[in-house]
Amino acid sequence: MMEAERIYTVELKNLTLGYGDRVLFAGADLGFGWGEFTALIGRNGTGKSTLLRTIAALAKPLGGDVVVDGRSLESMTAREIASRISFVSTDEVRITNLKVADVVAIGRAPYTNWIGSLTDVDREKVIESLALVGMSAFAHKPIDTLSDGERQRVMIARALAQDTPIILLDEPTAFLDLPNRYEICLLLRELAHKQKKTIIFSTHDLGIALELCDTLAVIENGRFHYGTAAQLIDNGDIQRLFVDTSVRFDPKTKTVRMK
Amino acid sequence: MSSRGRNIAVFAIVGILIVLFFVADVLLGSAQLHVGDIWAVLTGRPGIASDPSAYETARAIILKFRLPKAAVAVVAGAALSASGLQMQTLFRNPLAGPFVLGISSGASLGVALFLLGLPLLGAGATGDIVRNLGMAGSAWIGAALIFIIIMAVSVRIKDIMVILILGMMIGSAATAFIEILQYFSPEGALKSFVIWSMASVGGVTAGQLGILLPVCLAGLLLSILLVKPLNMLLLGENYARTMGLNISLTRTIIFLSTTLLAGTVTAFCGPVGFIGIAVPHIARMLFADADHRVLMPGAIMLGALIMLVCDIISQLPANDMVLPINTITALLGIPVVVLVIVRNRKIF
Repeated sequence: MMEAERIYTVELKNLTLGYGDRVLFAGADLGFGWGEFTALIGRNGTGKSTLLRTIAALAKPLGGDVVVDGRSLESMTAREIASRISFVSTDEVRITNLKVADVVAIGRAPYTNWIGSLTDVDREKVIESLALVGMSAFAHKPIDTLSDGERQRVMIARALAQDTPIILLDEPTAFLDLPNRYEICLLLRELAHKQKKTIIFSTHDLGIALELCDTLAVIENGRFHYGTAAQLIDNGDIQRLFVDTSVRFDPKTKTVRMK
Repeated sequence: MSSRGRNIAVFAIVGILIVLFFVADVLLGSAQLHVGDIWAVLTGRPGIASDPSAYETARAIILKFRLPKAAVAVVAGAALSASGLQMQTLFRNPLAGPFVLGISSGASLGVALFLLGLPLLGAGATGDIVRNLGMAGSAWIGAALIFIIIMAVSVRIKDIMVILILGMMIGSAATAFIEILQYFSPEGALKSFVIWSMASVGGVTAGQLGILLPVCLAGLLLSILLVKPLNMLLLGENYARTMGLNISLTRTIIFLSTTLLAGTVTAFCGPVGFIGIAVPHIARMLFADADHRVLMPGAIMLGALIMLVCDIISQLPANDMVLPINTITALLGIPVVVLVIVRNRKIF
């Protein structure tokens, strides 16, 4: 990937994150590319979630800026952010009687009137979003009757209905079985490439990330390592994640093994 | 969509039932009035009444007592249900409601301090207008303070059971305070307070109605404005905020609306429980929907209907006896709440 060809949709400028006295990482500079599928990798407590929440404007940075479309998040209204960035959180949505199509339709909220009436454009977007995640047949089912994998697809459809160039997902595969983990990541990759979305998600599935993602951002000891899987392996950044543990990363097979 | 047609049918049936029970509530009562006389009063034609004195009696009973009482039942039921639905979605808790969270108790304590506390200090309110405004104002302050406490805790503690238990503790504390006040109160003040605490929709005077109606209508209007924010909050605060919802503004409007609705109803009808918690669930069951565009008007209408039914039941024991309406609302509401707990279906 040539640096000069990349168009950044999300840029971190001298970004410092943390809570109170505890700094997770300081002075990070990084650009996430347009239409790229990026995994955020790091051990628990390294700040993956906090970074996603900061980009989604749910949390404030200790210092520095998040720049989207060349503008600082700080200078944007909630409505402007909502039309650029959608977020799939770890919150479980299992509400009795709430229909799948209605969940996806709530994603149109930034564009609908005071009471949330759907226009024809909104309805088309809902149908299209459900089709993109392969959930058209479930439109009228209550969301509490769906499996975990199906529900995650619906939440991704909701983000698609919000019609943003950037989609952030906080551990979207955490509660899923292995086939579903692959299915969801393949779906996200396809959406990034075909719908030209910038998709950034946090995950502990190193194998899937190395295999399917365009780029990885690894947070290790308060520092960012960013690049393609090959670049990160060549630099030894992936291997360094396993220092001080009883396992090691084997660059040849791209798997984790016992020492 | 078939569910939409079904919902419209349910709305129509509930609407018709409200009209029927409203008429029944006006027709029925401890004083036996001739239907012809009632009709004469309602159409304003004394000529068709059985005799002039019967007309005057019927006119006085209907205009001064039964019509206001039925109107209060409609408004109180609608107000408590709208407030309950707001609480359940805001706190993502199927068991939330103005009564359970202690907001009604806060309003009661406010009224008790006004009715019992002020006379103890030798500063009892004189004059109807001052008294009515004082009752409403002290109920609003009491409800608002408890709401602020509950909200402040809910921001820090995400466990919904903690919030519920806290609400119940606040309710018990308010009751204890009120009992202490009662213990020290002179008979006159005590009597007016005990009558108030028996909760009735029939004791509301014309002057009180003049406060209750416009304030509750304002609160209900805010509830309708909250429909879209509440729908966004269904998915949780993270989703709502990333879709551009101004959470603090939404909380403020819910705060205002619930304080006005639950506070005013408690001020003039006494502590009415179980309507706010049960009616939203009845609406969910009948409409099989979670969209507040359906649930909010549904809960408002069902609340009005159920309160009319409760009022009619409360005067069933013939002669002059009228049961306190909160005993009826409890007996009707508790099975619904128990059903919700037993089914243990996740609503949030």
